[in-house]
Amino acid sequence: MDNSGRSLISLEDFDSNDILELLRQAAMFEAESYRNTLEGKIVATLFFEPSTRTRLSFETAVNRLGGRVIGFSDAATTSSSKGETLKDTIMMVSNYADLIVMRHYLEGAAKYAGEISPVPIINAGDGANQHPSQTMLDLYSIQKTQGHLDNLNIFLVGDLKYGRTVHSMLTAMRFFNPTFHFVSPEELMMPAEYKDFCKANDIKYVEHFDFNEEIIADADILYMTRVQRERFTDLMEYERVKNLFILRNDMLRNTKPNLRILHPLPRVNEIAQDVDSNPKAYYFQQAKNGIYVREALICNALNLL
Amino acid sequence: MSKKKKKSELLVAALENGTVIDHIPSDKVFDVVNLLNLTGITSPITIGANLSSHKMGSKGIIKIADRFFSEDECSKLSVIAPNIVLNSIKNYEVVEKKAISMPDEVRGIVKCCNPKCITNNEPMQTVFHIVDKKNGTLRCRYCGKDVAKDKIILL
Repeated sequence: MDNSGRSLISLEDFDSNDILELLRQAAMFEAESYRNTLEGKIVATLFFEPSTRTRLSFETAVNRLGGRVIGFSDAATTSSSKGETLKDTIMMVSNYADLIVMRHYLEGAAKYAGEISPVPIINAGDGANQHPSQTMLDLYSIQKTQGHLDNLNIFLVGDLKYGRTVHSMLTAMRFFNPTFHFVSPEELMMPAEYKDFCKANDIKYVEHFDFNEEIIADADILYMTRVQRERFTDLMEYERVKNLFILRNDMLRNTKPNLRILHPLPRVNEIAQDVDSNPKAYYFQQAKNGIYVREALICNALNLL
Repeated sequence: MSKKKKKSELLVAALENGTVIDHIPSDKVFDVVNLLNLTGITSPITIGANLSSHKMGSKGIIKIADRFFSEDECSKLSVIAPNIVLNSIKNYEVVEKKAISMPDEVRGIVKCCNPKCITNNEPMQTVFHIVDKKNGTLRCRYCGKDVAKDKIILL
């Protein structure tokens, strides 16, 4: 058995060719999602922090490829709750599995695991740091709905301060000449370091502290995120803005025909239920795309493509 | 050079053989002591702090008899004080004047400022890349957070 694959920790080292190649592979898996590529392989899903969607999506991908899954979905049931180091857990599990898919609450955990593990690691999210499979499925969804990734008007709405997915989107889209619109309450505006990143990479952006029909009229992609109560230091401010960043179906009347609405999920109330039946709503298909992207990532990590 | 050192303003004893670490910011003197593990040395050491300096206003000097430092040991110091100069003394003469060069990365010296970084929660070595040599900014290899020069905490 050959375990000398490649870990996927972050997309930071990916260039535009790497990204486009991965998207091409994901499309291949969409065309034929059920295969025997992983027959005889065992994939461990180590979720030190619960994440239902991501875990089920990875496990579905493994199952569709004919592999087997071991793992846990909550660190409370494992030896790490007894004080076992991450290193020991990784060394132990790498005796059992050909590939480790890991979600961890600490930042940099995946990078460290990738350095010590004899088998490849796929980062399924490490704290507020990186979540490359989410970013790739976002890009896949954008490409699939728009036909390409170039020169798009992308509106990022909601919590732009803490939202990991919106930060990764800036990094991954830097090759494709996007224009970003940052739409958020002032308290959750895009942090200066990411705006500096945009300036350094010649990425155009516009900031808005209001959310309405006029602002989104020329959007190609509306990427919604949740404004979370616990993020606010001033709860009066939260009460004031909590209903201002909700997308309602009537706001979509004058939007472009190619507009699609994305959301990393879970949604709470930031997209009204009446949007779900609008053909521009794409968040459930977006989650489905995650399976194809993860099939591609898993096969890449195991050198099976 | 040696004549200049022997000026009357010299506040600490002259050294026959060893190293004089000069131009240490006064508040970093004991960081240098720790980084170079000087507490474990048995030969004579003179530590001076808050000495007047034309260049720096106030500076520290450390003189260590019969001890010389490798490039590696010196480069560690760049993290806390990039302008330090190490003078190697042989027979009361300065035989070498070493300015410190900033390495590309530092291992096991600096603590990550991010409490949620894996390095603060796992028994492992920290690694920082020096992303801005001019301003001395470090970036954690693991969590990616930057640490500005004036925010550096040593392990």
